[in-house]
Amino acid sequence: MGTIWVHAETQDGQVSSITLELLAKARELGDVVAVHAGNDAEAAAAELGAHGASRVLSAGDLDGGLVGPALASAMAGVVDSEAPSAILFGTTYGGRDVAGRLSVKLDAPVITNVVDLIDDGGLVGVEPVFGGTTNVRTRFTSDKPGIFLVRPKSFTAESIDGGPAEVSEIPIPDLGNSGAAKITSQFVEESDGPKLDEAAIVVSGGRGLGEAEKFHLVEDLAAKLGGAAGASRAIVDAGWVPYSYQVGQTGKVVKPDVYIAAGISGATQHMVGMKGSKTIIAINKDPEAPIFSIADLGIIGDVHKVLPALLEALEG
Amino acid sequence: MKVAVCVKQIPDPADPGELDIETKTLKRDVKLILDESDSYGVEMALQLVGEDGEVVLVSMVPNNERNGLNNALAMGADSAVLVSDDALAGTDALGTAKVLAAAIRRIEPDLVLAATESSDGYTGTVPEQIAELLELPSVTFAKEVSIADGSVSVKRQTEEGYDEVSCPLPALVSVTAGVVEPRYPSFKGIMAAKSKPVEELTISDLGIDSSQVGWSGGGQEIVSIEPAPEREAGEVIEDEGDGHERIIAFLEELKVI
Repeated sequence: MGTIWVHAETQDGQVSSITLELLAKARELGDVVAVHAGNDAEAAAAELGAHGASRVLSAGDLDGGLVGPALASAMAGVVDSEAPSAILFGTTYGGRDVAGRLSVKLDAPVITNVVDLIDDGGLVGVEPVFGGTTNVRTRFTSDKPGIFLVRPKSFTAESIDGGPAEVSEIPIPDLGNSGAAKITSQFVEESDGPKLDEAAIVVSGGRGLGEAEKFHLVEDLAAKLGGAAGASRAIVDAGWVPYSYQVGQTGKVVKPDVYIAAGISGATQHMVGMKGSKTIIAINKDPEAPIFSIADLGIIGDVHKVLPALLEALEG
Repeated sequence: MKVAVCVKQIPDPADPGELDIETKTLKRDVKLILDESDSYGVEMALQLVGEDGEVVLVSMVPNNERNGLNNALAMGADSAVLVSDDALAGTDALGTAKVLAAAIRRIEPDLVLAATESSDGYTGTVPEQIAELLELPSVTFAKEVSIADGSVSVKRQTEEGYDEVSCPLPALVSVTAGVVEPRYPSFKGIMAAKSKPVEELTISDLGIDSSQVGWSGGGQEIVSIEPAPEREAGEVIEDEGDGHERIIAFLEELKVI
């Protein structure tokens, strides 16, 4: 398939898990080149190489600018000379921005929400719709590079002990007005436990908790099990918890070993974000709740009774 | 201060309909409603412009549908531009962005607001594509927005927490759900919406050729539509005071505890 570009997202030289997942798939498809922005390309080159990238094209430091317009312009500048057949992005805050901007620059569409990629002459993206009940396969019809936005946890990251990737700089053209947004400060939200999309155990709460003040039951249980707390869209929309907690089609996709859904009925929008979990436990008052149709263990009961009893028992 | 808000009218997510295997489009014979995700942008716009500003809605549909648009007008938006054209059926995200960008260009807003993604298509690329087409700076995934001295300040969601971003106007901002509490339209608002100006445009009014939109404009095609492998239901039991014990036994079995 020729050259596959993978958008490499890094933090202080550490490569993000979604990037490693994309590299694992990309190296099955062709020669892998990582495309990167930030001042840590050299630091990340060993890990990117170990996971199959032969080269890193880095746009370097962004000087407080946002990644979207800067990296998209840099990529568009070398897309003809490097001639990738496909460009893979993770569905992240930065990845979506770069993919959107690049799509306009190349006048090429994006295939989004991809959970699998199939080499069938051309590259075909598999996207779940209707809460994951239906899969749609889509391919590009033009000869432009195919831009894919891939969901986290679609592939399994694995090192192949490759040597360090060779880093070369790609210039960022003058962005004009498009690059005018600047980051003035960055905040890391303190969280004791693992990240929501990386945790082995996720406990999520929904409308069934009744009120925002009861969400601590979910957080306490997550902490007790060494997992992360999540939420349904309904309680994010209601302002009980921030958007960063949201599990679902429009939030995070999680695939933990154990997913505990407390007071979540199981709207399709939620199910698509968690039905890939290895084991699902659901607690809900309504015996008709759709969540029970995919749960390995379903408890028809009141979360206000079951969760405190569970916490107390785990205490002992 | 003039704010343009992109709004999408979608089938009710509680009754999303189904894909028509023949045409590979969503069967849209159901009544369309305002995408709940867009109600945050509308509310944000109303709060930002205050008394003397202007909020203009921008929307596109293949079929003249106005129900969702009326809802946003009833919330308090001043007017709307509705691009309605048969040729729009099957238009992908990039084509959508081209149409909306062309409509927004006529409005000349100080700020463009959008949701991070629609609740039915959820590609999440349209806002950034619009910004690029309009050569505007953009801040996506805003969880807090304020305006002062000709620039917009945004707390932007990140994987680790959030960034504070400052951006001169005009600019585009996409807002996350829950960012503000959308108001319910009042009876007065609903009545007033009926007489608010809605400019209806076709794509040729916007100087867009039909080859750029619809099925032909997409540059992608659906190869197949198939049911996904089903997940089987396990054991479902009634809690009789022992529900938590069953969960603990199950977690022990899984060697989680």
